[in-house]
Amino acid sequence: MTLTSLVAWIAAAITFGTVIMYGSVGEILTEKSGNLNLGVPGIMYLGAIGSLAGCFFYENGNPAPNPWISACIAVVCALTAALLGGLLYSFMTVTLRANQNVTGLTLTIFGGGVANFFGGSLVKLSGGVGQISVAAASSAIRTRIPFLSDHFGIVSDLLFSYGFFTYLAVVIALAANYFLTRTRYGLNLRAVGENPATADAAGISVTKYKYLATCTGAMIEGLGGMYFVMDYIKGTWDSGGALEALGWLAVALVIFTSWKPKNAVWGAYLFGFCYWIYLYIPSGISAVLAKFFGAANVTHMQNLYRMIPYLVTIIVLIIVSKKKRKENQNPASLGISYFREER
Amino acid sequence: MKDSTAVRMDRVTKRFGSVVANDAVSMNIHYGEILSILGENGSGKTTLMNMLAGIYYPDEGDIYVNGRQVTITSPHDAYELGIGMIHQHYKLVDVFTAAENIILGLDSDKITYSLDEVNKKVEEICRQYGFDIDPKAKVYEMSVAQKQTLEIVKILYRGADILILDEPTAVLTPQETEKLFDILRAMRSDGKAIVLITHKLNEVLELSDRVTILRKGKYITTIPTPVATEQILTEAMVGEKVTLDIDRPMPENTVKRLSVKNLTVYSEDGIKALDDVSFDAYGGEILGIAGISGCGQKELLEAIAGLQVTDKNTSIIYYDKDGSEKQLIGVSPREIRNYGVHLSFVPEDRLGMGLVASLGMTENMMLKDYDKGASPFLNKSDSAKLAEDVKKELDIATPSLETPVRRLSGGNVQKVLVGREIAAEPTILMTAYAVRGLDINKSYTIYNLLTEQKMKGVAVIYVGEDLDVLLALADRIMVLCSGHENGILDARTVTKEEVGRRMTNLTEEK
Amino acid sequence: MKDSKYEAPKSSVKEPLVHIVKRSDIEPWKAWGIRIAAVLLGMLVSALFINGITNLNPAAVFKSMFAGAFGTDKRIWQTLKDMSLLLCIGIGLAPAFKLRFWNVGAEGQVLIGGLVSAALMINLGGKIPNGVLLILMALCAVVCGAVWGLIPAYFKSKYRTNETLFTLMMNYIALQLVEFYVDVWDKKQSHSVGVINASSKAGWMPYIGGNQFILMIIIVALITVGMYFYLQNSKQGFEITVVGESENTARYAGISVSKVIRRTMLVSAGICGLAGFLEVSAVSHTISSLTAGGRGFTAIIVAWLGKFNPFAMTLITAILAFMSRGANQIASDFNFNKFASNILTGIILFFILGSEFFINYRLVFRHRPKEVK
Repeated sequence: MTLTSLVAWIAAAITFGTVIMYGSVGEILTEKSGNLNLGVPGIMYLGAIGSLAGCFFYENGNPAPNPWISACIAVVCALTAALLGGLLYSFMTVTLRANQNVTGLTLTIFGGGVANFFGGSLVKLSGGVGQISVAAASSAIRTRIPFLSDHFGIVSDLLFSYGFFTYLAVVIALAANYFLTRTRYGLNLRAVGENPATADAAGISVTKYKYLATCTGAMIEGLGGMYFVMDYIKGTWDSGGALEALGWLAVALVIFTSWKPKNAVWGAYLFGFCYWIYLYIPSGISAVLAKFFGAANVTHMQNLYRMIPYLVTIIVLIIVSKKKRKENQNPASLGISYFREER
Repeated sequence: MKDSTAVRMDRVTKRFGSVVANDAVSMNIHYGEILSILGENGSGKTTLMNMLAGIYYPDEGDIYVNGRQVTITSPHDAYELGIGMIHQHYKLVDVFTAAENIILGLDSDKITYSLDEVNKKVEEICRQYGFDIDPKAKVYEMSVAQKQTLEIVKILYRGADILILDEPTAVLTPQETEKLFDILRAMRSDGKAIVLITHKLNEVLELSDRVTILRKGKYITTIPTPVATEQILTEAMVGEKVTLDIDRPMPENTVKRLSVKNLTVYSEDGIKALDDVSFDAYGGEILGIAGISGCGQKELLEAIAGLQVTDKNTSIIYYDKDGSEKQLIGVSPREIRNYGVHLSFVPEDRLGMGLVASLGMTENMMLKDYDKGASPFLNKSDSAKLAEDVKKELDIATPSLETPVRRLSGGNVQKVLVGREIAAEPTILMTAYAVRGLDINKSYTIYNLLTEQKMKGVAVIYVGEDLDVLLALADRIMVLCSGHENGILDARTVTKEEVGRRMTNLTEEK
Repeated sequence: MKDSKYEAPKSSVKEPLVHIVKRSDIEPWKAWGIRIAAVLLGMLVSALFINGITNLNPAAVFKSMFAGAFGTDKRIWQTLKDMSLLLCIGIGLAPAFKLRFWNVGAEGQVLIGGLVSAALMINLGGKIPNGVLLILMALCAVVCGAVWGLIPAYFKSKYRTNETLFTLMMNYIALQLVEFYVDVWDKKQSHSVGVINASSKAGWMPYIGGNQFILMIIIVALITVGMYFYLQNSKQGFEITVVGESENTARYAGISVSKVIRRTMLVSAGICGLAGFLEVSAVSHTISSLTAGGRGFTAIIVAWLGKFNPFAMTLITAILAFMSRGANQIASDFNFNKFASNILTGIILFFILGSEFFINYRLVFRHRPKEVK
């Protein structure tokens, strides 16, 4: 493997990882409040379509759109759409005490439906598949750090060849980590997820924390959706379900990080590395494996290599459940609605 | 100088459905004193104090704190009034450190927190009252006594002046209890108001200044401790001996059915729930088990039924009708049941075990023998017939045999459970709290059923709460006290006070 | 600051206005009344949504949807086909969910069932009698689907490994397997296998009276009725009820919880595997990553909302099939894409889901009696 392809692999892993890093950091915050939100793919979809639609209407109605205004519209619309998704989930599970898993799955169906419906319509409006483009916003969001990104050869390629939302993801992950481990509100939030009755007895409003954590988490997930549209696929739309798959990987990554946002940083990149591995496994190995699996064409093996992130998640899941270390487990009351008068 | 009255409760009533947990209770709590609230299980002590702590909200009556009428709707309100309660089940987050638990939920201007500051203040409190606690330890690594200390420190840290402790010594060793008492005394001389919910007479006498007695949800009296004696307190607590008209024939042709030796069971927290208990049970008699609830009754019955892990020295021998002896330790619950040992256990939440709440009588009848026969399908007609019989015989009120048992009243649920166990023609019949929540007439139905079984030669083990009933129904009474066997007595001759005393005080010779 | 704690906190002077109380029970007619009201409300909101994007008035929306779902014989059969495919998966999930085992892996189990069926069609088609082939396909689909479900069940019963995420990950592994074999079988480098045995129709489920779907619908109907009796009348169904209700009671009754988990997942995932077989053999005659098509997720909600009662589930799938066919009609009338149906499905499900609150709880407006006796 050449150095160039390794650098390309790492760069691809980082872009991929950023999408799921947003998703999983948002979901960690949500789960720390005891809400297991399986609606992450749906919320990321909402964020994605929110940003795309907002920019589309701005850029299409404007002969010379300002990229930075368009980028701001993308962010605001993504946050708003995702927030609505988070509110819906919170209302259903916290106020109406609906089952969290079922609500989350419904939100995924609904969010995916909304996004692909409007996404498809936008594609049609702009003249067919691949035609939609919100170039201004996308280019603004993919703006690289000046100077650093082109003066240091391979270091620039490795570290500074990304849009600034790539770095924001890391900042948010570390900030979330700081929030959870160092601040009073983080402490209170963790208590709500671990033992809501205790938190309640300590005078913490369980409902408020669950709402806030879930909605904030949803907004972070929404940024992931926006990043997907604006950076990962460069201001177009994809109706093929790729974002849903990424959303589920984000949920899986939460377990991989043992609910610590700082682990999501390297975990997400590792997942990205695993995800793109299929392009970089030496063809010699692939040829041997292809023979073993009866594949006529070596490239067919890529399909199997793409299982790797999921297999890794399962293995981690089993190891974690076998070890049973308290600090690495999910919040103790995850998935359970809280009702004070229920014994 | 403030008025020494900390709390005044005025005709406070709390109902749970049709059950009146507290019936117009009025009482006072003073600063600078330790007040005991004494009563049997179900006398409403904890419920009353929970209303001060913001867990429950009273249906009627008024509460005054420091002379002002207050409304306490949440634990947060209680904290702001300076009231802190230490519940029997600790309110701690397991994966947090002691310090993190202490500052949980506290209002502060600062967003971040400095554990160093907390540690310093905690150390200060510890020095003042003589606590020993490591602020950096995780809760799940702590012993029960340490957790309790943490709860107290937590409340003091919040500046509470009124402390309520619910059965604080239930889980402590004698040494730990002594230490706790010293701390409580120190806090009293510091001017704090301390309420101790308990049913242990010796603690009341040793520690408190006044004692308020509740019985069956009603306020009975308040006595200054110096004039109280064990006798006065017991009588006030258990009430006059009520003569019950339970028919109790003398046992005939008793045969040994069960021999329990050195039964030791550890609870999940690693505490001994049962400590070296030995006894025999005979066919043709009713063995009553007396004790404050949570003293090992549940574990005792479950151990016999094969549902508990027992210590290795334990032996439980079952004497079969054909004269053979069978060791029950290590035998599956299903096999034990096939021997004829039947457990009709009514746990705290009646439907948690023994019955399937969402199913009707018919299907609950077959819970234990649904798998008999080779057919892959259930034989519903047999159990429907059985359900019909049980329903008729025990006069169970249910709209239909298919109505989920969760919809039946408590008494009827009990009858379904006991009816099923009796219908299985057991050789040993164990029941726990079989009449809990039943009115007097329905209770008699159950008593008569059990006596009938006894006369058929069944060994009946009856765990009860009401001493009057135990004394009138059982032939022998084994008293459990904190997991120890504290005497096996002849129910026909022993006095109620004697049983009550053994329930609360471990006799020295043990 | 210090003294303020002796004053009644402001927040607590007011008494709580609304108080939520858990209902001990509710009459079945009331519960169903609430659910029906929820469905109607959901339909109304759906109609308003469509109104918003098409300007059709709600009555016209329903007319159009009705035409889409039931307008012609062909459409009726399409609707019935949609319904029975979804129902089949839902029926498969019912025992698992009744056990409180979160089998989110139906997608994967369906895919594996379909993959095995397609493999047999491709490799044995024409080499053995068609009847034998069909039976073999069905059997292998059931077995492979069941094994796919047994893996997470094994770890759940042994280490209590979280089955929700495990089964979810298994979906993607199944998906990659399918994509792999699609590529392997695809001779034209087109990323699709096309219609399998298009001329010989080997492994195709026979048409009855010229109708493609009747046999499949009959099979699903039989499974539905069978599942009803399995859950209601069989010993295994009884064990599922007891374990799902309370593991303590199960222990008391001498039921082995881990055995029941494993066995139930074999049944559950086996039926999902069969659904994959039906999809391949009776409907699409091909295999692709879209074979499960999200039905594995929707079916979870069907099973949950139907309270694991196969007949209630039939009703819900009927509503969903109607909504989705109807939405597709509107989409094609107005040149929209097919995702409109997911939006409507979501809306209806949110309403049914939310209605459970009013079945389980009631609101009490508190007014405290102040009388002095």
